[in-house]
Amino acid sequence: MELFTNQILAGISTGAIYACMALAVVMIYQAIDHLNFAQGEMAMFSTFISWQLMQWGAPYWIAFILTLALSFAGGIAIERALFKPLTKAPILTQVAGFIALYSIINSCAGLIWDFTIKQYPTPFGSSPFLGSQLISTHQAGMIGITLLMLVGLYFFFRYTRMGLAMRAAASLPESARLVGINTSWMIALGWGMAAAIGAVAGMMIAPVVFLEPNMMLGVLIYGFAAAVLGGLTSPFGAVVGGFLVGIFENLVGTYIPGVGNELKLPIALALIVTVLVVKPAGLFGRPIVKRV
Amino acid sequence: MLSKGLRTAALAAAAIVCASSGAIAQKKYDTGASDTEIRIGNIMPYSGPASAYGVIGKTEQAYFDKINAEGGINGRKIKFVSYDDGYSPPKAVEQARKLVESDEVLVVFNSLGTPSNSAIQKYLNAKKVPQLFVATGATKWNDPKDFPWTMGWQPSYQSEAHIYAKYLLKEKPDAKIGVLFQNDDFGKDYLKGLKDGLGAKASMIVSEESYETSEPSIDGHIVKLKATGADVFISITTPKFAAQAIKKLAEIDWHPLHIVSNVSASVGGVIKPAGFENSQGILSAAYAKDGADPQWDNDPGMKKFLDFLAKYYPEGNRLDGSVVFGYGVAQTLVKVLQMSGDDLTRENVMKQAASLKDFEPDTLLPGIKINTSPTDFAPIEQLQMMRFKGEKWDLFGDIISGELSN
Amino acid sequence: MSAAVEEVVTEGQAVEAVPKRAMTLGAGTSLVVLALLVFTPFVVKNFIIFQMTQVLIYALAVLALNILTGGSGQFSLGQSAFYAIGAYTSAILMEHFNVNYALTLPIAGVLCFGAGFLFGQPALRLSGVYLALATFALATAMPQLLKLGYFEHWTGGVQGLVVTKPDAPFGLPMSQDVWLYYFTLVISIAIYVFSVNLLRSRSGRAFMAIRDNEIAASAMGVNVSLYKTLAFGVSAGITGVAGGLGAIAVQFVAPDSYTINFAIALFLGMVVGGVGWLPGSIVGAAFIIFVPNIAESISKGLSGAVFGVLLFLVIFLIPHGARQIAIVGQQLAARVRR
Repeated sequence: MELFTNQILAGISTGAIYACMALAVVMIYQAIDHLNFAQGEMAMFSTFISWQLMQWGAPYWIAFILTLALSFAGGIAIERALFKPLTKAPILTQVAGFIALYSIINSCAGLIWDFTIKQYPTPFGSSPFLGSQLISTHQAGMIGITLLMLVGLYFFFRYTRMGLAMRAAASLPESARLVGINTSWMIALGWGMAAAIGAVAGMMIAPVVFLEPNMMLGVLIYGFAAAVLGGLTSPFGAVVGGFLVGIFENLVGTYIPGVGNELKLPIALALIVTVLVVKPAGLFGRPIVKRV
Repeated sequence: MLSKGLRTAALAAAAIVCASSGAIAQKKYDTGASDTEIRIGNIMPYSGPASAYGVIGKTEQAYFDKINAEGGINGRKIKFVSYDDGYSPPKAVEQARKLVESDEVLVVFNSLGTPSNSAIQKYLNAKKVPQLFVATGATKWNDPKDFPWTMGWQPSYQSEAHIYAKYLLKEKPDAKIGVLFQNDDFGKDYLKGLKDGLGAKASMIVSEESYETSEPSIDGHIVKLKATGADVFISITTPKFAAQAIKKLAEIDWHPLHIVSNVSASVGGVIKPAGFENSQGILSAAYAKDGADPQWDNDPGMKKFLDFLAKYYPEGNRLDGSVVFGYGVAQTLVKVLQMSGDDLTRENVMKQAASLKDFEPDTLLPGIKINTSPTDFAPIEQLQMMRFKGEKWDLFGDIISGELSN
Repeated sequence: MSAAVEEVVTEGQAVEAVPKRAMTLGAGTSLVVLALLVFTPFVVKNFIIFQMTQVLIYALAVLALNILTGGSGQFSLGQSAFYAIGAYTSAILMEHFNVNYALTLPIAGVLCFGAGFLFGQPALRLSGVYLALATFALATAMPQLLKLGYFEHWTGGVQGLVVTKPDAPFGLPMSQDVWLYYFTLVISIAIYVFSVNLLRSRSGRAFMAIRDNEIAASAMGVNVSLYKTLAFGVSAGITGVAGGLGAIAVQFVAPDSYTINFAIALFLGMVVGGVGWLPGSIVGAAFIIFVPNIAESISKGLSGAVFGVLLFLVIFLIPHGARQIAIVGQQLAARVRR
């Protein structure tokens, strides 16, 4: 029984990582109706920028805020320069664009900062949280920040004009334009926000997994899976999905004999696919109605 | 003034001497070698999941630049042709064929990765191109009978694991061992060596946890291992995961005897990021000097290495074990090529590589020597154990041979 | 974000339609390409022939993806899994059971057809990004499955299997590379002709109807589930044959050869070649084989970035892939003829 609780707790702490990433994924999906493969790399690059700022002497929170601002601007810049010209192109071509962006960012990070791992500081310390050795204060802090972002996003989308405009631009661009929404800038804004959220995710995750150019690939896969499980239209679902994936994966690894350990990821993904077959919009997503 | 007879005799003698010294000075070349140049081929993962090791190729390029600046090998300059395979075996095959058939290199040197090397082994042996000093510790490269053109360099994973097994059998015979291993050729080879080394007492291993490199963090595995009650933890991990393990162990307040594989023993690459305070007492084994260890600052070999870095590869990080590795193996190749003299056929290069006697590159630990023979294609077989104390590794014990009886 | 609000999605086209007429090359261009493919080996070295064989093999895999995505509109990031099944089938049959290499290919094809058909079943209810995730799951699962201890006896586990390359039959005076190239060429042409006919047939029309508007197709009486799973099956089968050929050409199979990176590369090949345009498959295959080499020769440290930049250039200039160039070419030719 103790092992069970331990694994659940451990699952919650890894799940916090996935939840963080999943939020960024949902954010971009809300803005552009696609998943951005390069999301993880952008988060990684932002984290490196914050690390570099700290190497140059900036205190943690200054670097944090500066990085958020830079990431926001960077996200908008990338969208304007690289993806605005592609809006008329077929969707698959845009996906190819995401892949190209992934390649560029990963390679540049490798060249600038090389591939050895770097320690990344945490503002929350690493001592056991509430006496439990399984969740450190950092992981508790990470969960806290994730929930804070979630609440912020919820209020943004539900209660602000800008949030409403963004949702409208993403789901019904034609109609949105007719009511005067500048859909093009909504998309850019969405990219900027997604980049900023990704940066937060990266800065929260790096203390646990160590900073290096390839740190986000695994996280991104789980983030996608968590976002899809929770429902791509629901930030709340993304966070819940993240925790569920973390817990489930740990339990599979612990309790399924023989292959459980080696097939953790495929089994987790298979579970998600099964959920999707039953609930195509994810656990908390809005049901999708297709009109001919 | 010489008489006519004597003059003819002298001329004849001179002619004979010239002819025979001409025969002695006769040069023999295979594709890839000439009077002015020796072409060396190499395949490294400069991109993809193993790109951290690409720095080895860059170190080697810099080392060969140094050799060329100093006059080359027997007057010939080295041309180092290195391609990226992204750690993908089909790409490695393509690059190997390109090196042999298009770039026409003399040897393929220090290609990295067991899957990539497995993929090109048959081809290179069929084409009789030396696959020299491969950059992987898999045990299977020491097989001169079946693959006479393939040779390893670093101590094999199994021999390293044997050393740990011997140590545990002696120092902690009733230990309960928990193993975390990477689920690939590296991890599995190691685990086999550990089990073979423990022999009848392999049951000391109470738990084996494998992980994939695609997992973001291995924390869950550590929690599981702690729950098994193991008091020895063997970490068969690559640098990132080794560091994560060290950190997590400290976080969950678990203090078993912690053994880490040599691959992840780098102070700069693993221990420092993981935290010196978390790493006290960790055991490992080494065959090379650590760039982070001040005890070698005045060592002549290390000084040469540091001078080389300053002059030819300033971006190289002396704390990165891969850079030290690249230097050592490049130096070994240069030695072999020098020994080959003017007979730069592939066969002779292989022969010279299999005749290294007590060769000591600048960067190996004192007492560790490279020895090869026609039946022994494992150049380095010795290691010395070390314990982490303060901010560096303390070597202890004798130099142990992990030699496996084939 | 309450669930009370429904998300209304207008069934827009996820995959753009390629008119049937434009699906293939004109007769003249086809003959020129064919001539090139047949006669080039006489003038180039063995290594180039090996690379050309690889291009053909990857072109088959991209072709299969074209049928699935460009033809029936189902997005797949999982082709590497079927390729792996085909490759391992050939390798295991050749190395453990001494089956003749040529015979392993139809077996691989049929096996993969079955696998694809089976996978198509649960995939029926998914589309777009959800289907992408499901296929992605398949692609990540495959290397893990291949490494499993249970199968190690056959698959060689993480070490993989070495495959023996066949000699030319009947003692023909050609090298292994040349023989394998022509062998692959014949099979590729056969599969290409089959695919073109498939897409022109009734089944092909059913695929395209499903791609363009699934609900309308279903309302018109097209058996959507049958055709969707059939598309998966055919696509997987062709990919399996490609995998088998790949195993023979490279002479080695290992789990690391068939990761998600490969599936992504095939996807890129399809986009660059032109989604749904079958002749573009070979252009796409050439892109994913040669452009990384070009990127590497430009800059070793930044090869990934250079590749990304080149890819961006391609998709900016020809967002619809090589098909656009062909259309422009056709228009020019028509103008010249006049």
